[in-house]
Amino acid sequence: MRYAMAVDTRKCVGCSDCVVACQTENDVPIGYSRDWVVEIMDGTYPQLEEEIRSERCNHCVNAPCVRCCPTGASHIVEGGIVLVEHSKCIGCGACMASCPYDARYPHPNGYVDKCTFCEHRIKNGMLPACVEVCPTKCLYFGDLDDPNSDVSVVLKKRKSKTLIPEAGTNPQLYFLI
Amino acid sequence: MKEELIVSGRMNQLIDPHLHIWGWEISLYLFLGGMAAGILAVAALYFIRGREKDYRTAVRITPFLAPLLLVIGLLALFIDLRHKLYFWQLYINIRLQSPMSWGAWTLMVITPISFIWCALHIKELFPKWDWKYQWLYDLETFLNKYKKTLAWIMLIYAIILGIYTGILLSAFNARPLWNTSILGPLFLASGLSAGAAATLVLSKDKKERKQFARIDLVLIGIELFLIIHMFMGFLASTQVQIDAARMFLGGPYTMSFWIFVVILGMLLPASLEIMELGKYHIPVKIPAFLVIFGSLMLRFVIVYAGQMSRWLY
Repeated sequence: MRYAMAVDTRKCVGCSDCVVACQTENDVPIGYSRDWVVEIMDGTYPQLEEEIRSERCNHCVNAPCVRCCPTGASHIVEGGIVLVEHSKCIGCGACMASCPYDARYPHPNGYVDKCTFCEHRIKNGMLPACVEVCPTKCLYFGDLDDPNSDVSVVLKKRKSKTLIPEAGTNPQLYFLI
Repeated sequence: MKEELIVSGRMNQLIDPHLHIWGWEISLYLFLGGMAAGILAVAALYFIRGREKDYRTAVRITPFLAPLLLVIGLLALFIDLRHKLYFWQLYINIRLQSPMSWGAWTLMVITPISFIWCALHIKELFPKWDWKYQWLYDLETFLNKYKKTLAWIMLIYAIILGIYTGILLSAFNARPLWNTSILGPLFLASGLSAGAAATLVLSKDKKERKQFARIDLVLIGIELFLIIHMFMGFLASTQVQIDAARMFLGGPYTMSFWIFVVILGMLLPASLEIMELGKYHIPVKIPAFLVIFGSLMLRFVIVYAGQMSRWLY
């Protein structure tokens, strides 16, 4: 099993509903976010091009945060989801320094926190909160090993990219272009 | 005009607009750990080579600084932790891929050894020292018998400690400035030179001072060589590493790096030491303190600048 998410940059309007849904679902403290929207405007006026991306932890196959964690608090579970075990985390910050996407944040309670792909929901057959609420349905989630899952189908149909693949992390968050 | 505008909705504290997860605590610790490593490595080396009598200060006196530096360093590390009450998790896990795990276990070995080394030389500082209990005397005799083994362990662990402070940072490929293997040897050389400088300050023996001024000179030479090498490597590498080097070549860290680390911390003390080895009389404490200051500044500049360097996507 290999969970992955695809974000359709052509359908995303940057409404930040995914951000709010995640903060609500996961009790993210005020002032922090596990997912966020990036808008990139490129070109010369009036020939402008815009890309909007809903970003979060890339759940890398070769996750630098898991490698550098001194206690094993950062670990990979079934399906390739990168998680932080709060009761093992000492809050040293190594994982935050190691993440090229800056996807982790220091939770005010001391431990480090990040996107979990809503592991507690997908265990029960539900979709991650951000995917569930997206009003333009631009987020696709599923198992890459299953050729019929939403994410496999859309990745087969459309061209996609990952963020900084040259960092060697083998990210599992795909952007449809 | 072609423009690119990036707007991110993320504003996580300590992460945006750029990472600032490590502050003075880590910088100070990397300096103290490096200096302690330098002091202990030199002490062990001269003891093993049987030069204890020639370099009495380096082998018997300067090491008294090491446990102090290590304890302050450990305290700084502890203050830096955000989930403090769980720090013991470090010592129920061995993670071979994590430099921080290596460091935690190395400190666990070298800190007690530094205390033992001092205990074996306590009479140098307090000639009338009395261990009070017979078993402590027995223990002292036992440790003295295996002092050479102890020195070997101390030497090896001191070198691991000195190098790991650099590798800790260089293992982070997310921060292009840190992501260079030069950082390990550079921090080791810097720690050794700070350790040598400590002996330079404490020694009252003219011959020993002369030797340690020479050692310091060689180490400063090595450091300069490594720094030049580091920038050559960056400038010949990918865009993110070129950008990282530019922070020091006209960017925000140009002044603090070249003035405090290179000129005040290396070139000036090196010239003063050359003059001292010649016929000029210069109070040896001046170059020694400059070297120690430069070593401290190197850690601060690299830790802070590294967190500003990043991948752009």
